[in-house]
Amino acid sequence: MRITTTVNGQQRVVDDVWEGESLLYVLRERMGLPGSKNACEQGECGSCTVYLDGVTACACLVAGGQAEGREVVTVEALADADGLHPVQEAFLECGAVQCGFCTPGLLVQTHDLLARTGRPSDPEIREALAGNLCRCTGYEKILDAVRLASERMASR
Amino acid sequence: MTAITTRAVGSSPTRIEGTAKVTGAARYSTEQDHLGDVAYLWPVPATIAKGRVEAVDSDAVAGLPGVLAVLTPDNAPRLETPDDAELAVLQDHEVSYRGQFVAAVVATSLETAREAAASLHITYAEVPHDSELTENHPKLSKPEKVNPAFPTDTEDGDVDAALAAAAVTVDATYRTPPVHNNPMEPHASLAVWLGHELTLYDSLQGAFAAQQALAKLFALPPASVHVINEHVGGGFGSKGTVRLGAVLAAMAAREVGRPVKVVLGRQHMFTVVGYRTPTIQRVRLGADADGQLTAIEHAAIEQTSTVLEFAEQTTVATRIMYAAGSRRTSHRLAALDVPTPRWMRAPGECPGMFALESAMDELAVATGVDPVEIRIRNEPDVEPESGKPFSSRNLVACLREGAERFGWAARDPRPGVRRDGRWLVGTGVAASTYPSYVGPSTASAAAEPGGGFVVRISAADIGTGARTVLTQIAADALRVRVEEVRVEIGDSSFGQAALAGGSMGTASWGWAVTRAGERLRAALDEHGGDGRLEVHVDTAEEVKARTGFAYHAFGAQYAEARVDLDTGEVRVPRLLGVFGVGRIVNPRTARSQLIGGMTMGLSMALHEEGVLDPAFGDYVNHDFAGYHVAAAADVADIDAVWVDEQDEHVNPLGVKGIGEIGIVGTAAAVANAVFHATGVRVRDLPIRLDKLLGGLPG
Repeated sequence: MRITTTVNGQQRVVDDVWEGESLLYVLRERMGLPGSKNACEQGECGSCTVYLDGVTACACLVAGGQAEGREVVTVEALADADGLHPVQEAFLECGAVQCGFCTPGLLVQTHDLLARTGRPSDPEIREALAGNLCRCTGYEKILDAVRLASERMASR
Repeated sequence: MTAITTRAVGSSPTRIEGTAKVTGAARYSTEQDHLGDVAYLWPVPATIAKGRVEAVDSDAVAGLPGVLAVLTPDNAPRLETPDDAELAVLQDHEVSYRGQFVAAVVATSLETAREAAASLHITYAEVPHDSELTENHPKLSKPEKVNPAFPTDTEDGDVDAALAAAAVTVDATYRTPPVHNNPMEPHASLAVWLGHELTLYDSLQGAFAAQQALAKLFALPPASVHVINEHVGGGFGSKGTVRLGAVLAAMAAREVGRPVKVVLGRQHMFTVVGYRTPTIQRVRLGADADGQLTAIEHAAIEQTSTVLEFAEQTTVATRIMYAAGSRRTSHRLAALDVPTPRWMRAPGECPGMFALESAMDELAVATGVDPVEIRIRNEPDVEPESGKPFSSRNLVACLREGAERFGWAARDPRPGVRRDGRWLVGTGVAASTYPSYVGPSTASAAAEPGGGFVVRISAADIGTGARTVLTQIAADALRVRVEEVRVEIGDSSFGQAALAGGSMGTASWGWAVTRAGERLRAALDEHGGDGRLEVHVDTAEEVKARTGFAYHAFGAQYAEARVDLDTGEVRVPRLLGVFGVGRIVNPRTARSQLIGGMTMGLSMALHEEGVLDPAFGDYVNHDFAGYHVAAAADVADIDAVWVDEQDEHVNPLGVKGIGEIGIVGTAAAVANAVFHATGVRVRDLPIRLDKLLGGLPG
């Protein structure tokens, strides 16, 4: 089947998509956008988190066809012409990135958290990120990064 | 060894590839987009635990649109005999464990390959299997050595007599379950053939070793195999050597005449890539009334598969930790019909120190000596078994620093007496240790025509920050700013280098990078920069000459545990690790790595458990829904710090590895804290609430 969808602000048309393919597969293997990662394929780890019509979702659990006519935003679009988004900067500065495989999903989830909740408390951060597994960092540096990004965004 | 002058080393530049990682631009192994039409392979796991593949009926799927090949034990290309028997994939019809790959489908899309693989009909001749490790298993035997080349058993002094005469004894059996590495990136391989030249993009902890293994397997000169591992999404030991996905990719790519991707599913990660063996460990301690050890015995029982012998070095840390008049350690191994266990972060030290450090806590309770003090009291002057001096050993400093920071002094030793609302509260301590290994490595350094310098080494950055710290080290050796240095890693063509394993990356690669930088600087000073200078170094001789000392890192871990009186739920609001790990090259990446290790230790203490179903011979909880790893909400206040440690013997940089020591001792610290909170001693991990409920104070 053909899917027409808006990805990172651009209209994309892909053909020959099998009905059972996930949005994650379509992004990674058909659109050349491998930023979203496949680490569990069952919605447990959050590595493939993207925005679908402004709501975060695990792209592995969304069928490619469900993106028809909708808007998808991936980690590749968080930075803009002015440079990195404060969330990306904070992750770098705080040492919240190690192997980097969980990072794209965590960035999108954090981006969403800070858009909805300006200055989240620690329990709110941990709750918001509870669906994003990281095996390297031990989360502490990720928490630091979210706090830092939140401070900087609030003071702008 | 002469100490080097450092400027960049010790500073905290941000991760060099960090921007690529936070923008999604970093390309992991199978994410190459310049290769044209790739094909996808999906493996077929055995559905029996032991027996033979009688027949694979591939006719029905071979004709499906998009299916390019069906590989079976009957038609798969023959390989040379590998050193690692697990790599002989599809080379015979034997099934040695449930989940072993017995066929594979290659297709133009992943979904087609999966669909075909699922409908492939395989007939087996099944025989009874035996997958359950027990204390008295008839197959238990003494391996020739334990990993990598330690004696299986050691004995020093008369343990039995010392135990019989001891004023206080501890005799306890500890169990650790199978634990699965689960790096976030599954093993992923992309193989491309150009004539008789193989290029493999793979998620590996060492490109050079993989090149050698694949060259042997496919009967190629090593120069015809090129392995690239630019970005690796974690490994924790499971990517230490080439795995069978790479072999399948290379095999299939040659069969179908186009690049082939093999990305394992999470479920495959519980069987074919290795895991930490379960252990049953008996520890006996004898001491005088003051807690001075007179005897230590540590006997480990563990498993391997029938495919190959993997003997984990579970009790080796006991050989170096404490002074005692007598000591005995041993390992017994049963080859069962189970997936092959392999290295997982601090193999040996991690489960072994859970047992030893739990036993030390039990000894502290039995003698009434403070748990910090009892460790200090048994501090050895030299490495107990070898008699060698330590190149440096700061366990006591770590214990004291940790006690100070954690507020240990006011601790009431009585268990089960502190309440904060519905929570029982306790604290625990345990020691950590990990060897400071180093491996020979080669490196090159060149002045670039346009200015600046490039250093090349076949190192791997599996998330550690290797690329960043090597750039700092190179800059110091070249006496230039880090901005002037580009370090290239992740490519077998850069020559032999140590693995990103055994916590030896920075020590080994840093040594070679230092020598390359120094030599290039000397050449430039002598000849002037004409823009074409390049030097090559090999540290083999220097590394071999490192001798005369016992080289280990040490640390102390402190934990606070809170246990819900009614539900038995365990929370760990505070974890503190204090480490003596030599020179810290980059505090930012180091702290992150140490805390990451501690969190994996916390995860081991409370969550992680591969549950074997003896009837089927497999791990039933083989995904992230059933196999729990610590999430953000499981971790609270956690910190890692280090004591100042100058070690001029360990290597020219004075660094010790930090990748593994963080996980060693954490589980014991948590278990000891849980005991202090509740009075319940949990000797088999993980500390689930059902193990506490019966014993909680009313």
